[in-house]
Amino acid sequence: MLTYIAKRVIYTLPIMLGVAIVCFLLVHIAPGDPLVSVLPPDASEQLRQQMMALYGFDRPYAEQFLKWLGRALGGDLGTSIRTNRPVVAEVGKAVSNTLMLAALATVIGFVLGSLFGFVAGSFRDTWIDKVASAISVTGVSVPHYWLGMVLVIIFSAQLGWLPPTGAGPGGSDNWVWDWAHIRHMILPAVTMSVIPMGIIARTVRALVAEILSQEFIAGLKAKGMSAFGIFRHVVKNAAPTALAVMGIQLGYLLGGSILIETVFSWPGTGLLLNDAIFQRDLPLLQGTILVLACFFVVLNLIVDVVQTAIDPRIARS
Amino acid sequence: MVQAVAPAMIDDATIERSPGYWSTVWRRFRRDPVAMIALGVIVLLILIAILAPYIAPHDPFRGATLRRLRPPGTPGYLLGTDELGRDMLSRLIYGARLSLFMGVTPVFLALFIGSAIGVTAGYVGGIVNTLLMRTIDIIFAFPSVLLAIALSGAMGAGIVNGLISLTIVFIPPIARIAESVTTSVRSLDYVEAARASGAGALSIVRKHVLGNVLGPIFVYAMSLIAVSMILASGLSFLGLGVRPPEPEWGLMLNTLRTALYTQPMLCALPGIMIFITSISFNLLTDGLRSAMDIKA
Repeated sequence: MLTYIAKRVIYTLPIMLGVAIVCFLLVHIAPGDPLVSVLPPDASEQLRQQMMALYGFDRPYAEQFLKWLGRALGGDLGTSIRTNRPVVAEVGKAVSNTLMLAALATVIGFVLGSLFGFVAGSFRDTWIDKVASAISVTGVSVPHYWLGMVLVIIFSAQLGWLPPTGAGPGGSDNWVWDWAHIRHMILPAVTMSVIPMGIIARTVRALVAEILSQEFIAGLKAKGMSAFGIFRHVVKNAAPTALAVMGIQLGYLLGGSILIETVFSWPGTGLLLNDAIFQRDLPLLQGTILVLACFFVVLNLIVDVVQTAIDPRIARS
Repeated sequence: MVQAVAPAMIDDATIERSPGYWSTVWRRFRRDPVAMIALGVIVLLILIAILAPYIAPHDPFRGATLRRLRPPGTPGYLLGTDELGRDMLSRLIYGARLSLFMGVTPVFLALFIGSAIGVTAGYVGGIVNTLLMRTIDIIFAFPSVLLAIALSGAMGAGIVNGLISLTIVFIPPIARIAESVTTSVRSLDYVEAARASGAGALSIVRKHVLGNVLGPIFVYAMSLIAVSMILASGLSFLGLGVRPPEPEWGLMLNTLRTALYTQPMLCALPGIMIFITSISFNLLTDGLRSAMDIKA
């Protein structure tokens, strides 16, 4: 087990390096001058040269990359051009907001998805299966940013039950665990949960159907085991894969929250990315993407390790 | 004598020949009503996109400030008018062109490039495999939505940049499947036999490797179209893909957000189109998968 973890961690290192290279290159595939948002359009050539030297853009790419990587490893992702604050501070606050939203969405998605998937798999090819499968295919097909708008129309515009945007009363982005704040979280979290719900339902349905068709289940039934006993066996066999899918989904939600955060103006990494892109704040863009991608890589690592701890057969294959 | 017998034998052989793989798949697929309806909807959407100039009742670009944001059901404007007074129905019809193009093209580009990478890596093996597949792993290490948005965000808005970013996002999963199938096929006995009997690398790849790889990859790529539709329209929704005044469903959803409170039905319309397209592709893929007996 320990060798497996060590191997898996070592395998992750070159991936991390690759991810850092891609993030670094993002600034350089951007069209035009990397200084375009810093300099006034009528800046003199001399000022431009000075700024290039100040930001280090006049050095060779390899040198720039190593310097940037060294600083990033030390926790310095540069300064946001827009706010003049350290990128790390901006990203840190946003990450915690997004993480909260994504975690709640994953929990909702997992509970509903497992329920629908389990019911569908247990009553395979009956009308119950058809209804549950229809719900899950809807979950993976619905454009979630549109669903968010529809929910706002229903619950904010028409019924007036829940606030349409923001993370707290008066547009505050300092999270407090009270009803005034939690109300703001309901619509975005429900919207976000639709995708993992659909994917987990599909996975669980296939898992349950497969486990139920195996011989040991027939054996247990023949021995006279109760329906609840069979249920326990199915859950035990399906859980590792279902949990792994849930972990990966959390990662996708963290990275893919931009559309939903834009709809609900949720002050997380997605909204930050949106600002960074449209105000051409390249250090902020680079830093946010690096942090999110690293989160995703580490999450994948954790999922693999936990899955192997539960089911050691995986390490051998 | 021999020549006299031969035609009769050929006839017999033709009669008893078992139906081909694809005709069996089609026969099974035809019996699946849900999949057939999904296929019908997709064909209809493609026809709408092609015939847009003939069926759209109005010019999708011409607006009028006097008839802005009319609700669906307004005489002469069946689905109402948008925030610039342009006919919604016509814009939704014309929108099928760009929306389908932006959703489907990246998947086919990625299918082509990803299979080429995967088959090369799998067939050549060794250092080439390591180099190609580790690079693919790095792209795969990004959450797909994040990578698509990061790339088009860095490159700037536009149709071409949107297509490039989405293609890059879809290459890794396709390349991985192609690589694993190719690697497993390469060492099969009959491929060894073909190689021993002097078949060149290209003809082995064409006949034996592609013959095995294309089926599963094609089905997988079909399932990506649903994701791609949502993502491509999502890029336009954020202001990163198609730019105004072009009609595109994601972009229409974005510009109509201002009318969320005044004309809610109107704002919901473009999203319904994206939803219908995406769910049809998902149901089509499900049907194809069970007809081809491929596990998800």
